[in-house]
Amino acid sequence: MRQRRLSRWLAPLRETTGVSRWMFWAGVVIVAFFVVLAVFAPLLAPYGFDQVSDAGVRFPKQGSPDGTHPFGTTVGNYDVLSRVIWGARTAIEVVVLAVVFSLAIGVPLGLFSGYVGGRADRVLVLIMDALFAFPYILLAIVIAFLLSDKLGQGVVTAAVAITAVYVPQYFRVVRNHVISVREEPYVDAARALGAPRRTIVSRYVLQNVIQSVPALATLNAADAILTLAALGFLGYGIQPTDAAEWGYDLQRAIDDAGAGIWWTGLFPGLAIVALVTGFTLLGEGLNDVINPLIRARSTAKPEMPGRTGGEGEEAILSLDPAPGTDRPRGP
Amino acid sequence: MPPQTPATSGTTADSLLEVRDLHTRYSVRGSFFDRLKGRESGSVHAVDGVTLDLRHGEVLGLVGESGSGKTTLGRTLLGLVEASSGSIRLEGEELTGRSEAEMRPLRRRMQIVFQDPHASLNPAMTVGALVADPLRFHKLASGREELRARASEALERVGLAPASEYLDKYPADLSGGQKQRAVLARAIILGPDVLVADEPVSMLDMSVRAKILELMLELKDELGLTYIYITHDLATAKFFCDRIAIMYLGRIVELGPAADIYEHPQHPYTAALLKAIPEPDPRRAVARDLPRGEVPDAVVPPLGCPFHPRCPRAFEVCGWESRDLRTLLEERWTKLDQDAYERERALVGELDDLDVAESEAFLPAADGGSGEEAAGVLEAMRADAPADPFWSGVASTSVEPDGVRIGFHTPREPRDLEVGRSVVNCHLHDPGAIELAERLRRGEPEPEPPDAGADAG
Repeated sequence: MRQRRLSRWLAPLRETTGVSRWMFWAGVVIVAFFVVLAVFAPLLAPYGFDQVSDAGVRFPKQGSPDGTHPFGTTVGNYDVLSRVIWGARTAIEVVVLAVVFSLAIGVPLGLFSGYVGGRADRVLVLIMDALFAFPYILLAIVIAFLLSDKLGQGVVTAAVAITAVYVPQYFRVVRNHVISVREEPYVDAARALGAPRRTIVSRYVLQNVIQSVPALATLNAADAILTLAALGFLGYGIQPTDAAEWGYDLQRAIDDAGAGIWWTGLFPGLAIVALVTGFTLLGEGLNDVINPLIRARSTAKPEMPGRTGGEGEEAILSLDPAPGTDRPRGP
Repeated sequence: MPPQTPATSGTTADSLLEVRDLHTRYSVRGSFFDRLKGRESGSVHAVDGVTLDLRHGEVLGLVGESGSGKTTLGRTLLGLVEASSGSIRLEGEELTGRSEAEMRPLRRRMQIVFQDPHASLNPAMTVGALVADPLRFHKLASGREELRARASEALERVGLAPASEYLDKYPADLSGGQKQRAVLARAIILGPDVLVADEPVSMLDMSVRAKILELMLELKDELGLTYIYITHDLATAKFFCDRIAIMYLGRIVELGPAADIYEHPQHPYTAALLKAIPEPDPRRAVARDLPRGEVPDAVVPPLGCPFHPRCPRAFEVCGWESRDLRTLLEERWTKLDQDAYERERALVGELDDLDVAESEAFLPAADGGSGEEAAGVLEAMRADAPADPFWSGVASTSVEPDGVRIGFHTPREPRDLEVGRSVVNCHLHDPGAIELAERLRRGEPEPEPPDAGADAG
């Protein structure tokens, strides 16, 4: 039965075609690549993220790519390749934390607000809409700034700042979906059968609402990478002593660009673009897979009987239902 | 849950469910401005003073047009909608006024089958899981094997055999008829006494309808169920129901044995509904004097008998009022030719003031026109349709300088009257009302409203 359930979940994946399937798998490959970089960063990166010398030899300042430093070195004597790989680890960490936090806050709030309704719902919607109305980067900066005293300027602070930006989105999607599912006859039926409220919410409402969350979470992850980089670029993100961060590296590379030093900016920039693209492709692919309204199923095209002997009308009249046509069987 | 106590005193031996003067109101949201000003803009009386007894083992049909309140009545009986007032007793136990938690244990005894089988099953659960789920709600079974066994038993009982073929399917994999069978399996798994079936076959294919109804009758005999069968289809009700209650605008206008309802309809509305049943023999074209107009506004229902504006047999005391004049006037104008309409329309003013539920109407003259001219329009109306029941309700007409004032007889609420084996809510069967109408016809003055106030509830 468990196997059946799994295969049911995966069924839409098999049914996708063309562009959405291509997008989905391209996204999977790109994201998987960065996840591998993140997980195995200590093994893959030639140096530490804040290492400026090796075996007593100081790295060159703004050294161009060569054998020992394939991506060159920065103005701070860091190895660019190592910074990019360690940066992947930071990005994935922050994104995972931010998505987990946003889900943990946004989904239950949306579920509560949508199912209970009334005054609590109105107040929550008002708060969330107010958060939504803020320019997201400003909101993230304010939260990061407020938390920097307590949590320091590390991965957790950045993740919480990003969480504050994305909670309203999960809240909205879940709440609106709950409101429509709540009115479904099967929810009423569960009530008529004597289901406790807890059961109705968890087994009848949540199960039918949760499907829209993965696509949203993936698309938000793409956005979160950009927010994280923007925070770092503006200097409100992760401290360079805590972890490598692409946005910070880009900011340090601004002056280099004028001097013809391209490698310090190009590689972190490419990494950001690639990971954002990966998450976006994955999210859009998932959206197509999960949302049946925009899903084009890979059904075999019906074979039309050819015109035989020019008597088209007869050919149409003799149209029999194909033997494999899926007709609902009568009980 | 402790076993149910047997019927306590105060209930008749054979009634399972006693409904007394049940009201259900939905508040209506007004415009944005009304809400800003905190004004309640009224309520819809979806169920308006329903009284009925459900006997053990019978099939009671609730029949009515859409908007008659039959679905709301069913949902109120199950506590899915809160009753505004009145009482529902299941073998002596009061069901109204219970909180959701207090209601839960009693839900085992009453079940509902909804109209749409496609939407009644949770799409995220397998058939086996959702059929057995009620057992988990009430902690009557636990463990995968036991739940599966119970689900199989229920599925096979409703004809989904072999159950193993259906247990692990999802609702989306079933046909409409199969889904409705699964819904029935889920409803009977708790061993209920009462099953409310809300148009259970109206969304199914014709070929499947009869089979589902037959299955329901089989289940009733095997499991000793009692049904409330809600439908707008008098044709299926005829063969399915033992007794039928005809509903109109939240009230039961006639309640009686199915055979009597079909052979001797007592209420004009019942008679009209019966005439609306399609006749399969095209050569036997029947006269279709279907009730005129539409189901009236339930927020401000008609005065007196709610059916009077559409009733072909309405008379003096049925509750004629201002809005009826507007309906009649507009109906007349749609039938006149263009010139005649324009000539007549120019003689009277705005009709919006007629839209009040009062037994006095003021038909204004056009700007600059005189009351005489407006009165002329009324006379023309009367001359063209002297037999319209509306005119019986007119008690007085007085021409004023800027219009005509029309007084109607005092509206009276019809009472529930026993006629043969049926109960009918109609003045036509009330000797008191008929006698009063005769006195009014002779021009005797209106007596002090005898029991209009008392009957209003």
